[in-house]
Amino acid sequence: MQKRIVSVWFPRLPSNRVLRARPVDGPFVVTIHHKNADRIYCLNAAAEGQGLSHGMPFADARAFCPDVTSDIADLDADDRFLRMLLRWAKRYCPWVGLEGRDGLTLNISGAAHLFGGEAALLDDLRMRLTRAGIEARLGLADTRGAAWALAHFGQGIAAVGQSKSRLAPLPIAALRLKEKTCVALQRLGVRRIGDLKTLPRSTLTRRFGTEVVMRMDQAFGLQPEQITPELDAPHYGVRMTIPDPIGLFDDVMEGVKRLLDRLCPKLHRHEQGARMLVLELRRVDQARERVTLRLAQPMCDAARILPLFERGVQDVDAGFGIDQLRLVATQTDALPAQQITHASNAPDTGLEDLITRLGTRIGLDNIKRFLPAESHIPERSFITAPAAVTQPTDGWSTDRSRPMVLFPPEPIAGAGQQPPSRFRWRQMALTTGRATGPERIAPEWWLPDDEWRSGVRDYWKIETTQGRRLWLFYTPQKPAWFVQGEFA
Amino acid sequence: MISDFPVLFPVVSWGMNQSFDTLFPLRKGRTHEVCGPAAPAFACALAGQARMRVLWITEHWQSAQINPTGFGEYCPPDRVLTASVKDQTDGLASTEEALRSGAVGLVVIELTKPLTLLAGRRLQLAAETGQSTGLCIIPDGMGSHAAETRWRCSPVFASGDSTLTRWEIIKNKSGTLSGWDVKWDAKTHRVSVVSKVAQQ
Repeated sequence: MQKRIVSVWFPRLPSNRVLRARPVDGPFVVTIHHKNADRIYCLNAAAEGQGLSHGMPFADARAFCPDVTSDIADLDADDRFLRMLLRWAKRYCPWVGLEGRDGLTLNISGAAHLFGGEAALLDDLRMRLTRAGIEARLGLADTRGAAWALAHFGQGIAAVGQSKSRLAPLPIAALRLKEKTCVALQRLGVRRIGDLKTLPRSTLTRRFGTEVVMRMDQAFGLQPEQITPELDAPHYGVRMTIPDPIGLFDDVMEGVKRLLDRLCPKLHRHEQGARMLVLELRRVDQARERVTLRLAQPMCDAARILPLFERGVQDVDAGFGIDQLRLVATQTDALPAQQITHASNAPDTGLEDLITRLGTRIGLDNIKRFLPAESHIPERSFITAPAAVTQPTDGWSTDRSRPMVLFPPEPIAGAGQQPPSRFRWRQMALTTGRATGPERIAPEWWLPDDEWRSGVRDYWKIETTQGRRLWLFYTPQKPAWFVQGEFA
Repeated sequence: MISDFPVLFPVVSWGMNQSFDTLFPLRKGRTHEVCGPAAPAFACALAGQARMRVLWITEHWQSAQINPTGFGEYCPPDRVLTASVKDQTDGLASTEEALRSGAVGLVVIELTKPLTLLAGRRLQLAAETGQSTGLCIIPDGMGSHAAETRWRCSPVFASGDSTLTRWEIIKNKSGTLSGWDVKWDAKTHRVSVVSKVAQQ
């Protein structure tokens, strides 16, 4: 069968994306920071009409056109938007690939008749895109190269076998050549694709390398060119509809179990583990109850996940009954298969399950572990990080005597460089029995910290005759005494 | 006739002079209490000597926090998890959950309000199920009846020794009360008794 390819070019994708959410009348530009200035990255037709152009510094643009509105480019969002369009374009044919950052390629061979012919298909495509607020240029030809050329330079359909004649009057840039090659060809007086075809191939190859000949062959179908269809990201969601509404705890848990039995093999197949699961329960009165479960580590084991749902499901108000259950793994992490040997110690599943269960009550981020940090500042010599996303690490240094409990500095009365022999702290009268120190710690100037504005600190370990062993410090640059910790 | 009296108070089997080693490390499957300024050190020493994993539960408004570079010589910081909870109800629920699962050997909770008998008993049952140890750090004089033992720990000033601590057992469900001056021996990784405190 003759291949038929549609090339779709979105000339104003970034601005269309922004304007879809927030329509603006009048000139609008999307700016990007490039070469030390905010420059115009994409602009709408009204802005183009005012004389603005792509790549122009935004400051100049505002001088030309004071009422221009702007937004900052978000390349990731553009990419996501293009992929969304790709998924949508699969309504026309199953074989859709990306074309650079701003286009799509559809292989509609054998699919056009479903929409009433090629012209009708293109009309439908254009109508739907326009209705969605997206400008598009379309080209249809036998090859990807020819379709691209038509989309970018003069739109339309090249009938089967007519690519050569349709492409002949187009400029050579339509062949997807590098800019340098284009300029070189134009200097030689070769401006149109038709001119290029009259030149001998061997001369072209000797002068420009294989690029020009390759692009020409691709456009005319002498050399094949693939379209890579983008796979949909796997969707980790399952649902179950029940003919009679249920409301008992055991029944719902049985439903969750069956959903997990379907979801977990899918996760396992893709070597993924669920990090966050959302169970949505639709009641007969159309209200929805949601149970969110955040896991302490990626998991794809149904038997372990099921009991973790118990607490959440208990709190659900079933109303007049639940008739649909939906379970989605909204967040997944890689969980590669692991070799089980006698040497590798079995993973400690008990602790992780405990962290998950506690996390459902007090929040997973509130369960932390200590990690060592490179700093002499007492309160920065360790960091606390959520236990669910970190691994325990070694490397603690205990060469200096440090207090067991730290608290924010509490001022005490005292004067002079030497620690006070008597002082009051937390309404206790204390007498210094032995003082060890000073240990001078300087603030880390590269990190701003309001606590350390008072400059260097001289730390003393004070053993009081009453028993308490305190960690005092003196700030010589702003004389004052403080208590910051207590030793064991 | 003394022999006709029913035995209301069973005599403790191991007699009056209970040694330190039978009491410490604390009995597993039970919840204990500790008060006094050196209570955090008591918890760390317990975790260090019994080589247990620790879950340390505090309420999030508490500004004082245990310092891993400080307790590191008692028990390795990588075996300690902390949980900060909204209020004591959440804290007790988390403690019960952790004790029951048995995934951590020691659960430490810093209490700010007195424990009811019901809550104390629930912790005991949870500890028994999971065969783990629970330890409540309480303010002075706020103990609950359900606790297995209660300790008061206070640092002691001594010339030439800056780690001496007095541990007194002030409640014991299955034995007598006593007190010891102890210190942590980092080399052998255990608590060593310096002297027994004379009974008042």
